[in-house]
Amino acid sequence: MSNSDNPFLPVMATVTKVIDETPTIKSFQVILNDQGQMKSFHFQPGQVAQMSIFGVGESTFVINSPPTRMDYLQFSVMRAGEVTDRIHQLKEGDPVGVRGPLGNWFPYEEMRGKDIYFIGGGIGMAPLRTLLLFMLDKRKDYGDITLLYGARSPEDLCYKEELNEWEARDDMELILTVDREFPTWDKRVGLVPNVLKELAPAPKGKIAITCGPPIMIRFTLEALAELGYQDEQVITTLERRMKCGIGLCGRCNIGTKYVCTDGPVFTLTQLKQLPPEL
Amino acid sequence: MSTAGRFLATDKIPDLLKRLGTQYHVYAPVQASDTTVLFQEFNEEAQLALEREATLSPKEVFFPQTERLLTYTYQKDAEDPKKSSIQIEETLEASPTVIFGTRPCDVRGLAIFDMVFNQGQWVDPYYRARREATTIVTILCTEPENTCFCTSVDGGPADTQGSDVLLTPVTGGYFAEAVTEKGDGILQDDAFVPGDDKAQEAREARDKVALERELDLARTPQTILKLFSTDFWEQVTAKCISCGACTYVCPTCYCFNITDEDAGLGGERIRTWDSCMFYHYTLEASGHNPRPTKAERYRNRVGHKFSYHPSTYEGTFGCTGCGRCIKVCPVSLDIRQILREAQVHE
Repeated sequence: MSNSDNPFLPVMATVTKVIDETPTIKSFQVILNDQGQMKSFHFQPGQVAQMSIFGVGESTFVINSPPTRMDYLQFSVMRAGEVTDRIHQLKEGDPVGVRGPLGNWFPYEEMRGKDIYFIGGGIGMAPLRTLLLFMLDKRKDYGDITLLYGARSPEDLCYKEELNEWEARDDMELILTVDREFPTWDKRVGLVPNVLKELAPAPKGKIAITCGPPIMIRFTLEALAELGYQDEQVITTLERRMKCGIGLCGRCNIGTKYVCTDGPVFTLTQLKQLPPEL
Repeated sequence: MSTAGRFLATDKIPDLLKRLGTQYHVYAPVQASDTTVLFQEFNEEAQLALEREATLSPKEVFFPQTERLLTYTYQKDAEDPKKSSIQIEETLEASPTVIFGTRPCDVRGLAIFDMVFNQGQWVDPYYRARREATTIVTILCTEPENTCFCTSVDGGPADTQGSDVLLTPVTGGYFAEAVTEKGDGILQDDAFVPGDDKAQEAREARDKVALERELDLARTPQTILKLFSTDFWEQVTAKCISCGACTYVCPTCYCFNITDEDAGLGGERIRTWDSCMFYHYTLEASGHNPRPTKAERYRNRVGHKFSYHPSTYEGTFGCTGCGRCIKVCPVSLDIRQILREAQVHE
């Protein structure tokens, strides 16, 4: 992706659009400054990249625009620490560094012909968005597509414009939920794992893909097991503090696996083979 | 061995290093204080200390405690002062280097580094450049210390893996043999004279060298996983103070951090040693920490060296048995003892 073989060197990019998603989450669309590099930037749905703010550092984010739409690369960033605080100050036209693509991706080839059940919570919608848009762009390759997406409150839901579009589509189903009642909210109320149990989607022919806060993932995995999903039907993504992104700096390992290179995407079967250090 | 053995007299070594210094950066173990021996760039005032294991391995020559990965410079757009761009520049430096007087365990440390930094999908170009530019002259260990356990981790006092020249101590100096072509180049120096008459003595010295294998670690990789969720780790680390000294002196510890340092209209991206023994190493911005206590952190350190690394790299332990972590631990934790206690649970 860069002119050099040096995986530590970011390529320079420019922010072309900033979207306020929620009070703590913004999406940033960026394009690589060198058109040739942008054209040759090949990635797979689920892969991540490091965003560089020079003078502050790098953080890892999933590229949540799909590889089928290469007008820009989109990253959604929750303000949580030093680097993300500075990323939130970025404006259109500002320079950033991008290092990637890194990590593995959703096994979308193996999901062909299956019904896909996305279960997202909060910012965990970001990696699901990539795969959802990718599958919608290759709609014929997949069976029924359902998205169950929840957040603490209506304003904490990301990608609000797209949620309206997805709701209007007749080739996918969207179920939205928030944690408690709000005066402006006329859709479902309840925690994602509980709503999942109420909906009780039959496991036959399905792949469930879940991403969200650790506590939500934990109870979602339990709910899926209760509903009869086998481990190999369940896919999730893991997060860890990362620095290098290329399996060298040491901090993101779980046993022999490095979340940055062996992940972030894991099937539940793979997850259960790791030592319990989440 | 590509050439017959040569002899290097002890009193010729300073001259040899001086001559090599005209073509290479030459690092050798130097008495840095009354109690410390460090690999430093050789100069005439330096007091060589070839008789014992150096306080630190020469890891820093390949993987400095602090190194610059790149520089960045902000540039204002002359047409539109509100716009700025950033130029980044790679700062990869490596020049021909000789390390003189390493021990087999330290070179084995580099072989372990190579597995992670110098092969596979992602190669570290900074490390690789220095590694390729370096020639290593190793001294065989005739008198292992009581903290040495290289043979327990499949190394040995006469191990040549990763070395370019092997020196065997003999009367009045060293019997020198080239292990690689690079090493053969070093032996062309006039300090090396025909050594046929020393060959027998060297062979005997090598045969005499013996360090009994005190640990049988064949089942340790599995045992560590078996103990993963038990209170074993809390028990064995009760006295650990999470100081990280063991990782600092370790020839195979490679964990690092990357930080930016601004200076005026630009700055540097810097890599520094980090340590898995520190709380902040794995602390996430959310506040979550997958290894929140010293028990999990120590489990990761021992697990990495004696289970994860051998599982990933065909049985090679991520430990050279140099014993430095035992020497420096302020609370006398002994990794050998912990491995022995783990074996009780096999």
